[in-house]
Amino acid sequence: MLNALISIIFDGLAYAMILFVISVGLSVTMGLMGFVNLAHGVFAMLGGYLLVTLMQHGGLGFIPALLLAAVLIALFSLLFERFLYAPLYRASELDQVLLSIGLVLMATAAMTYLFGPSPVAVQVPDYLSGQWTLGGRVFPVYRVLMIAFGFVLALVLWLALERTLLGARIRAAVDNRRMAEAVGINVDRLFQLTFALGSGLAALGGGLAVEILGLSPTFASQYLVLFLIVVAVGGMGTIKGSFLAALLLGVIDNGGKYLWPEGGAFFIYLVTVAVLLFKPGGLFGARAA
Amino acid sequence: MRALLFSALAVSLSLGVATGAVAKTVKVGVVMTYSGGAAEFGQQIDRGMDLYLKLHPEAFGGHEVELIKRDAKSPGGDVAKTAVQELITRERVQLLAGFVFSPNAMASAPLATQGKVPMIIMNAGTAWIPSLSPNIARVSFSMWHAAHPMGLYAKEKLGCSTAAVGYTDYPPGKDSLEAFTLGFEGAGGTVIDAIPMGSPREVPDFTPFFQRVKDAKPDCFYVFVPAGNHAAAMVKTYGDLAMRDAGIKLIGPGDVIQDTKLQAMGNEAVGMIVMGHYAADLDNAENDAFVKAWQEAYGADSTPDFMAVSGWDGMAAIAHVIKTLDGDIDADSAMQVLRGWTFNSPRGPIQIDPETRDIIHNMYVEEVVSKDGRLGVQVLDTLEQVKDPCKALQIGKCAK
Repeated sequence: MLNALISIIFDGLAYAMILFVISVGLSVTMGLMGFVNLAHGVFAMLGGYLLVTLMQHGGLGFIPALLLAAVLIALFSLLFERFLYAPLYRASELDQVLLSIGLVLMATAAMTYLFGPSPVAVQVPDYLSGQWTLGGRVFPVYRVLMIAFGFVLALVLWLALERTLLGARIRAAVDNRRMAEAVGINVDRLFQLTFALGSGLAALGGGLAVEILGLSPTFASQYLVLFLIVVAVGGMGTIKGSFLAALLLGVIDNGGKYLWPEGGAFFIYLVTVAVLLFKPGGLFGARAA
Repeated sequence: MRALLFSALAVSLSLGVATGAVAKTVKVGVVMTYSGGAAEFGQQIDRGMDLYLKLHPEAFGGHEVELIKRDAKSPGGDVAKTAVQELITRERVQLLAGFVFSPNAMASAPLATQGKVPMIIMNAGTAWIPSLSPNIARVSFSMWHAAHPMGLYAKEKLGCSTAAVGYTDYPPGKDSLEAFTLGFEGAGGTVIDAIPMGSPREVPDFTPFFQRVKDAKPDCFYVFVPAGNHAAAMVKTYGDLAMRDAGIKLIGPGDVIQDTKLQAMGNEAVGMIVMGHYAADLDNAENDAFVKAWQEAYGADSTPDFMAVSGWDGMAAIAHVIKTLDGDIDADSAMQVLRGWTFNSPRGPIQIDPETRDIIHNMYVEEVVSKDGRLGVQVLDTLEQVKDPCKALQIGKCAK
C-alpha cells in the first residue's frame, strides 16, 4: 500500500511538472489578454523537435540544446504574436479559436513532412539516465531531477511575479486591464514579453517531455486538452494556480491509471468538472470566468 | 541484335507458359494503412509484395497483376470498408489483399462474402477473422499463435509461476491477453493482474501501469502492444523502472520486437523473450536469400520484418491462385486452391489450414541479444507447424 502511494505520488509529480512548465505560460497570457491560444502546445512541440535537431545535427549536449531551443522558440513566437495574433486581439473568441486551431493543424502537417509521422526519441546524457535507489526503492534519475526543477521553476516564477516591478505590472494588467493602461502601463508591450516567456517555457517543457511522453507531430493536439484543463482548474493568470492544478491533475491521473487501469484515465475529467462546478473561475482564478 | 533475341525469347517463353490462353490482367485491390503513424506498416507489406512480384514473375502463369492500392488510414474500420466497396463495385477487383489492422479486416469481411471476392489477410491478427467470411484466407498470423504457446512456455520452460499481463486496449490486445492467460493458467501458472494500457492510437506514458506491475512482483510480465512505437516506449519504461533487476522477466509476442524497430529499442530490450514466427535473423536458405534481395532493393540499412514476410507470402499465395485458376478468379475456386497450399517461406515452411483457411507455421522462442554492437535475435526453441490454438481449442468466437 505504501509502495503504491509512493509510486503514484512520485510518477504523478514528474508528470505534473511537465504539465506545469508547458501550461503556465498559457495561463498567464490567457489571463492577461483573454486571447484563446489553442496553439500553445505547438511551441512545446517545436521546442521538442528543435531540441532533438540541435542535439543530432548541431552536436550540442542535452542541457545547452534545451536552453537554446527555449530561447529560439521564445523569439520565434514573437513573430507569431506580431503577425498572426495581434490583428485578432479585438476579434471574437471564435475567430481566435479558428486561427489557433488552424495553426495546430498546420504545425502537425509541417512536422510530419519534416520529421515523419513516427515518434522521435532523445538521447539523454548518462548523468540524467539510470536510477537512484533509496530505501530499497528505485527512482529514475531523470524524473527526480524533473520534479526538483519544476519546484525551483515554480518558486522563481512566483517570486518574479510577486516581488518584481514587472510582476506587479503583469498582476495589475490581469486584474484590471483598463485601469492598468490608465496608469501608463503599456499592456501590449507587456503582453509580448509574457507571450515570449510563456512560449519559451512551453518549448522548455516540450523538450523535457520528449523523454517521458515521447514526441510526435500530433503532440500539440494530443495534449491540448490537458493544458487547457490545467489552466481552467488553476485559474487564469496565476502561477500558484497552475502549479497546484498541475500537481493535482498529474497525481490524480497517475493514481487513477495505477489503481484502476480500466477507467483511470477518466478521473482527471471528473476532478475538472467537480472543481469548475464549485469554482467556475478555477482554484485561484483572478476573476470569475 | 541482342535486344531482338531477348524479346523473341521472352515472347516464346510467355507463350510456352500460358499455352493456348491469352495473358490476362488480374486486378488486386490492396487496402492498407499508408498514412499516419502506421504508414510504415503498409510500406513494409507493400515492399514484400513488390519484391515477390519482381523476383518471381514466372509464378503468375504468364498473367499480369495490377495492384490497385487504397489507404485505410485509421484502424477504425470505416475508411477501409468504403475503400473495399469502391474496389469491388467500381474497380471490379478479382482479389482483395492487405489489411493491417484487425477492425479494418472485420469491417470489410461481409463485403468479401457479398461481393464473392477472395480476401488475403496480410497482417490483421485477431484470431477469428478467417471465420468472418468463407472467402478469407490468412497468410499472416493469429494473435493466439504467439500468445498461447508463450503462456505454456513461460510456465514450463521459463519457470514463471505468476505473471502479469499488460495489453493495449483493442481487439488483438484482448485476444492476446485471453490466449496467454489460457496457456499460462492451463500449465498451472497464475495471472495475478491484467492491465489495459491505453488505446492503439496514441503511445501512452506506460509508467503508472508498469509501476503497478513492479509493485506486484510477478515472475513474468507479458506485454502486448502494437508493433512499433508503443513497443519502443514500453521497453524504455521497463528499463527506466529497473524491472529486470527486480526479477521480473519481460516476455511477449514476437511483434513487440519487430525488426524495423528493434535497433531503436536500445539495450533495455536485451534479455526479453518473445514467441514469434519471423525475425530477420532466422537462419534458413529462403530467409538468407530474402534478406539479401531486400537489402539490394531497399538499401543496406533497411530490414524486412514479419509484415514484409506476410506481403511476400501473400503475393506467393496470390500467384498460386492466379496460376492454378489460369487468371479466372472466383472466390470458391480461389479458396479451394488455397486450402492446403504449402510454401517455403522465409519464416520456414508454411501451409494454409484446409479447414480454417488460417496460416500454419513454425513458432520460434526468440531472445533479444546484442550482436556486434547491434540488437539481434537468438532462437532458443522451435515449435513446429503450429495451428491457430484459438480455433484448435474452439474458444469463444473461434468455435465455429
